[in-house]
Amino acid sequence: MRPSDMPLISDADASLLATALGRRGLIGAGIAGGILASPLAALAQGAPGAAEITVDQARSEPIPIVIPALGGDFGQQVSEVVSADLGNCGLFRPIAGSLPVGMPDFATYKSLGARALVSGTASSSGGALRVEFRLWDVLTGTQIQGTAYTAAAADVRKIAHIIADVIYERMLGEKGYFNTRIAYIARSGPRAHQTTRLAIMDQDGANSHYLSGGQWLTLTPRFSPANDQLAFMSYANNRPRVYMLNLATGRQQLLGDFEGISFAPRFAPDGRSVVLSATRGGGSDIFTVDLVTRAKRQLTSSGAIDTSPCYSPDGSQVVFNSDRGGTPQLYIMSAGGGGARRISYGSGTYGSPVWSPRGDVIAFTRIANGSFSLGVMAPDGTGERIMTQGFTVESPSFCPNGRVIAFCRQTAAGAGGAGFSSGISTIDITGFHERAIPVGGASDPAWSPLNG
Amino acid sequence: MRLKLLGALGMAVLLAACSGDNTDKGATTGTGAAAQSTGVTPGSEADLVANVGDRVFFELNKNNLSTEAQATLDRQAAWLAKYPQVTIQVAGNCDDRGTEEYNIALGERRANAARDYLVAKGVAASRITTISYGKDRPTATGDDEQSWAQNRNAITSVR
Repeated sequence: MRPSDMPLISDADASLLATALGRRGLIGAGIAGGILASPLAALAQGAPGAAEITVDQARSEPIPIVIPALGGDFGQQVSEVVSADLGNCGLFRPIAGSLPVGMPDFATYKSLGARALVSGTASSSGGALRVEFRLWDVLTGTQIQGTAYTAAAADVRKIAHIIADVIYERMLGEKGYFNTRIAYIARSGPRAHQTTRLAIMDQDGANSHYLSGGQWLTLTPRFSPANDQLAFMSYANNRPRVYMLNLATGRQQLLGDFEGISFAPRFAPDGRSVVLSATRGGGSDIFTVDLVTRAKRQLTSSGAIDTSPCYSPDGSQVVFNSDRGGTPQLYIMSAGGGGARRISYGSGTYGSPVWSPRGDVIAFTRIANGSFSLGVMAPDGTGERIMTQGFTVESPSFCPNGRVIAFCRQTAAGAGGAGFSSGISTIDITGFHERAIPVGGASDPAWSPLNG
Repeated sequence: MRLKLLGALGMAVLLAACSGDNTDKGATTGTGAAAQSTGVTPGSEADLVANVGDRVFFELNKNNLSTEAQATLDRQAAWLAKYPQVTIQVAGNCDDRGTEEYNIALGERRANAARDYLVAKGVAASRITTISYGKDRPTATGDDEQSWAQNRNAITSVR
């Protein structure tokens, strides 16, 4: 039975069905973030869905997909956002084409070399927006997905990102990551004293705005798993410490009570605590702070610099950076502390490890001969692979499905700081399809979980 | 002499920064030279920069105090003994050849090394605070060995 043949069903039924139907399961019914989604009746009946294409296949041969301007007063804008998302991820090749009326003439689209086709309308009435969207398999001439979204007109880009995520998931069998944001540090001013502001944008660089004023040096925002808070470091009042920011209320509060500098925060996967480091003497120790009781728990006390802790997605282990062996290297320990073992053994030094949400790799920065590389390795230290290199490439952050990394790329400065630039780029974890996010001077990207 | 000039320049930049003035590019060697040649208030920041030496330098990824660094800190300790009302901040800094988070800890390690030396030389620990800017407040804004050497430092300033 085709999902799109079914009448509107409840969320609970939808999730049951999704499980039963496997990875090509139902997407569509439900309410999220003030956006109502409901299935559209199918125009084509009873044919099988699209043949599965893997992400690996799409990397070598991006999926050709016709994305015409949809009908309605918002149709052009929705198409542009969807095309940019799918084209920019490197796994799709958007093709311009005419919008079909009713049942598409599949022979026409086949002749364009298309594998899939998008059709629909996006129309506003008052402040409300209704987007009807259908995804077609051009080869079999069947409807893969049909969904209507209603929302406030202000949410038009968000709906377009949701549609791009649906297309990604239906074509590739994995969750997309387009309806997400990236928190970052906006940078401006001279090299010697950059003004730094906490900032946030959509993953495509749209809707960027500041969350702090730039009076104090501010670094390393990190998203909570529930997507509602940031942990970050601020030098407010010349006391560098970790703070929390509630994104809904704007309320900001100090996290934990430490003698030294507290820094390098990351949330535990269950969102109940934050792991961070705090300086003591000539080193720094790793602690967790419970977000309800505020109780501290010390995980390391090596006397060396232990920092940049990051949990495995199951919460059982922590990867971190330490110079306990003489130079900065990567180590893994149990989430309770203890049992630390070194995993990095390439030439040079290592830092800023971050565990993939898929659990299979750890991304890191490696520094050798004055030059930076970004790479990934398995959690046991095997299979090290460099994704990209440069004067400075650091601060990797995974998108929710673990397929792409956002990172900071900086250029070398000449005399007086001339030629210095700092920006955020993304790259597929295979090292394919690097591109800059057009947001200006920036560093410290933190990719959000999927938005509701 | 060259180091002192750079020190004065760096401090001018820092002072401009503290006042929220982003026109620190206006700080020139001329400004630094002026601070040195004209009479400065004894016990002031300018006095420290011009006549004592406000900073010590470190090797790559190290926090050992060189003979030269110890000599500078000896002068700072003597100067602080002369002006007991002065309290100071020691700020550790790093070149940009390390990661952001590691360098915050490394800068603090350097600030602590300078602080511990001053305390060992008789300066009350209560007169000294430390901070680290990691690699985010470079004195020299180029990216070459010379600039990096300038940026691996612990800078003493009057609070």
